[in-house]
Amino acid sequence: MADDLAKPDELLSGIGHKPPKTGWMDTPVNIRKGMYCYASNPKSVDYLGLPNARQWNPMEEDWKLPENWKQILHEGFRERLDRFRSFKVFMDICVRCGACADKCHFFIGTGDPKNMPVLRAELLRSIYRNDFTLAGKLLGKVAGAREMTFDVLKEWWYYLFQCTECRRCSVFCPYGIDTAEITIMGRELLNLIGLNIDWIATPVANCYRTGNHLGIQPHAFKDMLDFFVEDVEDITGVNVEPQYNKKGADILFITPSGDVFADPGTYTCMGYLILFHYLKEKYGFDITWSTYASEGGNFGFFTSHETMKRLNSKMYAEAKRLGVKWILGGECGHMWRVINQYMDTMNGPADFMEVPVSPITGTKFENASGTKMVHIAEFTADLIKHGKLELDPSRNDNLKVTYHDSCNPSRGMGMLDEPRYVIQNACNHFYEMPANTIRENTFCCGSGAGLNAGEDMELRMTGGLPRANAVKYVHEKHGVNMLSCVCAVDRAALPALMEYWVPEVDVVGMTELVGNALILPGEKERETDLRGEPLPGMEEEE
Amino acid sequence: MNSKYMFSLAAVIVLFLLAYIGVAGIGLYGFFGIFIPYAAAFIFAVGVVYRVVDWAQSPVPFRIPSTCGQQKSLPWIKPASFDNPACNGTVLIRMILEIVLFRSLFRNMRFHFNKGNKFSYEWEKWLWLGALAFHWAFFVVVIRHLRFFTEPVPVCIQWLESLDSFFRLEFFADFVQVGLPGVFISGIVLLAAVIYLLLRRMLIPQVNYVSLAADYFPLFLIIAIAVSGIMMRYFTKVDIVGIKEFTMGLVTFHPKIPEGVGSVFYIHIFFVSVLLAYFPFSKLMHLAGIFMSPTRNLANNSRVKRHVNPWNYPVKVHTYEEYEDDFREKMIEAGLPVEKELTTNGG
Amino acid sequence: MNLKELLEKRKTAITKKWFDTVVETYPSDTSRFLKKQKDPFDNPVGSTTLQGVEGMFDELLGNMDQEVITSFLDPIIRIRAVQAFSASKATGFIFFLKAIIRESIKDEIRQNQTDELLSIESRIDELGLIAFDIYMSCRETLFRIKAEEEKKRTFSAFERAGLIKEI
Repeated sequence: MADDLAKPDELLSGIGHKPPKTGWMDTPVNIRKGMYCYASNPKSVDYLGLPNARQWNPMEEDWKLPENWKQILHEGFRERLDRFRSFKVFMDICVRCGACADKCHFFIGTGDPKNMPVLRAELLRSIYRNDFTLAGKLLGKVAGAREMTFDVLKEWWYYLFQCTECRRCSVFCPYGIDTAEITIMGRELLNLIGLNIDWIATPVANCYRTGNHLGIQPHAFKDMLDFFVEDVEDITGVNVEPQYNKKGADILFITPSGDVFADPGTYTCMGYLILFHYLKEKYGFDITWSTYASEGGNFGFFTSHETMKRLNSKMYAEAKRLGVKWILGGECGHMWRVINQYMDTMNGPADFMEVPVSPITGTKFENASGTKMVHIAEFTADLIKHGKLELDPSRNDNLKVTYHDSCNPSRGMGMLDEPRYVIQNACNHFYEMPANTIRENTFCCGSGAGLNAGEDMELRMTGGLPRANAVKYVHEKHGVNMLSCVCAVDRAALPALMEYWVPEVDVVGMTELVGNALILPGEKERETDLRGEPLPGMEEEE
Repeated sequence: MNSKYMFSLAAVIVLFLLAYIGVAGIGLYGFFGIFIPYAAAFIFAVGVVYRVVDWAQSPVPFRIPSTCGQQKSLPWIKPASFDNPACNGTVLIRMILEIVLFRSLFRNMRFHFNKGNKFSYEWEKWLWLGALAFHWAFFVVVIRHLRFFTEPVPVCIQWLESLDSFFRLEFFADFVQVGLPGVFISGIVLLAAVIYLLLRRMLIPQVNYVSLAADYFPLFLIIAIAVSGIMMRYFTKVDIVGIKEFTMGLVTFHPKIPEGVGSVFYIHIFFVSVLLAYFPFSKLMHLAGIFMSPTRNLANNSRVKRHVNPWNYPVKVHTYEEYEDDFREKMIEAGLPVEKELTTNGG
Repeated sequence: MNLKELLEKRKTAITKKWFDTVVETYPSDTSRFLKKQKDPFDNPVGSTTLQGVEGMFDELLGNMDQEVITSFLDPIIRIRAVQAFSASKATGFIFFLKAIIRESIKDEIRQNQTDELLSIESRIDELGLIAFDIYMSCRETLFRIKAEEEKKRTFSAFERAGLIKEI
């Protein structure tokens, strides 16, 4: 009977063929549903005055490119080589040692070799060598050069929008080659011929006009906050009414609009209101929100340096108009990379403000003396360290918390211990994920850099697998049921990720935990947390 | 068989034949002994300078270090000074750690599950060790070769030599050639490390997949250089005195072809020349590039000190005035403060 | 020795082969990464697959407890359901086991053991059906997340705030 047995390999081939074992240059791109985001809406592109606004579909053969698109890309490439040493050096010095290859969450999750950081960069390098280097011109493919074709362009588009600019690979690269930088340049080039995705283009257009990604107009912004005020009053019995667009306030507060308009960020927003009210009552803290600069996030960062600058300009413009002393920034990932590494250079100097000093503790934030902008985790950690907050962490006793370091605050800033200090003071049960998945080694949520759409759900789930896998580990080992973070994109993306991979775990912002634990002056006995769930010990009375 | 490394291997074999036939066959001693080394040294020097100047001409518009540890913020939080440097002094240390010890490759530390869900750390050390051995051995070999280009030989080079040949391996010397000087560890390590790097590139699937022909070529070339060098030193009789005369002639610009130096020497010189000439056009420029990498050589202090972008240009922005004009009515209705009250139009 | 005992003895070899054929459904360079990289956090796909096939094999020879099977099978299918696989490719790896077992015991099997082999093969079919159920539920979850995420995120916040009027 042995003779008529099917061999496993034959069975395999009966189900489907393995991809051909071809070199990466000879493997054509296969744009797959669920792995890409829809093309940008021409209205948004047009509103921003960016090139080649038109309706197009990446699945169709005709991308409606300008006639001379190759020339535009070539010239754009040259211009960026001349403007950015990073780009030029990174094009030249990679030795393809492979240290980065298995560091990318998209490679780990999708298994697609072109998601190895080195190959993502080679997609651009191959064109660079062909167009700009002697070796590439003389030796062609031997030197790793190839000509720009429509197929290469498709590859660029597909894989540059499968990178979340998280910089994990750059930590392990012996030359510090940063794929985020390469993706940023590549996306800039794509934008020159109108190849953006709508999840980026439309928030950018909205933010430009209304001040925030969702296009929420000023009165609706206030309505939302008013509602949180009512909710907080129901829970605590205290009215935490904030101030808006107040001239002469001490401090301007800017946070991503996701905290105002999207669950579970909204609970973090209530946390901000509670914290600010507490400080106002106790210490006379004077802080204002702005409806003009009502977006901390900056999807311009995912479009081009110029667009990033256009959106970011509002922060300083508003601080100047209101005449505040300094700016306090909310919980957001890429917003903080922009503030830390770009803002002062682009839109500074911020010499119309003062070096930030905490009015409560007197701490001078020397590390923000140039930008005049302080992170709420730094600010709150300082308050707690000085014993200025009355916290009851037992109100978070139903939570077993772990902390997800967002990519940008970790690898584009280095804010690792401040949020941990705050969280560990606001709750009693805290467990770290394994060391190669946190701090500077943190795994991305898989949805950053503008990829947080609905249509690319498979991409997000595969990209987030390494993160989810580490959460699952602490969930199984310690019973962790809450994943905390300091990033609005995380708060938007991680719930879906958790729902798919570890449904028992929910997502929370740092300041929500603080809001739960903080004892407001004159508050009634709280029965529920900010989400309306009964507090530990209160379940019976429900 | 992989066409990429076969191509590179073939290229090195062709180079070998060129030199061998050129010297042993046709007797082009002057061409291979004088012209090629001078041309190669010239291309190397001009090429490297050109490339570095070319890089330097592109500005660094933004301060984009990869921060690999805790920032310097509040005084009671311990910063990771070297992995997230806040000033130029610590940047220097970060760069030294990177260049001398390959700090980033060293990071390749990872967990392993043992049976029963127990963790242990395992350190992915082979690439780091191999790369470190290779570069250091190469460096020592280069320094050691300076004895051929200096008269008198500086003491430090003599020290290095005696250190390098510390292990005398007498039995080996007996076996090969009685009375031979000590074996230079650096040469052996160089050859072993470069073979490891080559095998790694051929055998580890991901590395193999991303490798180009241009990645194999220098490895084969360096193997050829090392082998021809070791041949000369331990196996064929070369006239050290004659070579020293010749190399001193080269550096003093009075080149003279020595008598009775075997063709292995010319082949060695030719391979080295090819490597030098190839250098500026290739990824080997990472030697200079690492000093210029903006993610490593900048301090993470852009919140303290303004980093200036030389080409910063004004952009079109949406001003507060435009914004208020757009939404004034709604803002007033919602009780939000405005700059200008509603103008009562005649209509 | 009956067939079960024989298979138990060969567990390591059989599950290894099974694992290999499963990861070989990935592009070749990736499959070698999946086999080689042992760290569960740097290689969740490979380590989940390995744990899963071992666990399932035990159940196949054991009690065929649905819950236990699901606990091993679910993580594998959950990953494959979002990767570049068709439904048949995502779940079909279960049936690789049939051929692997036949191949492994073809020299020892005696006529009177075919019944036992058939019963094990039926159990494998059962695994296949469970795999398909899991695959479907994963895809349904995914579509539900796709459909509801936007609503959950933004709409519900607006609704709570009373900014959306129901008719």
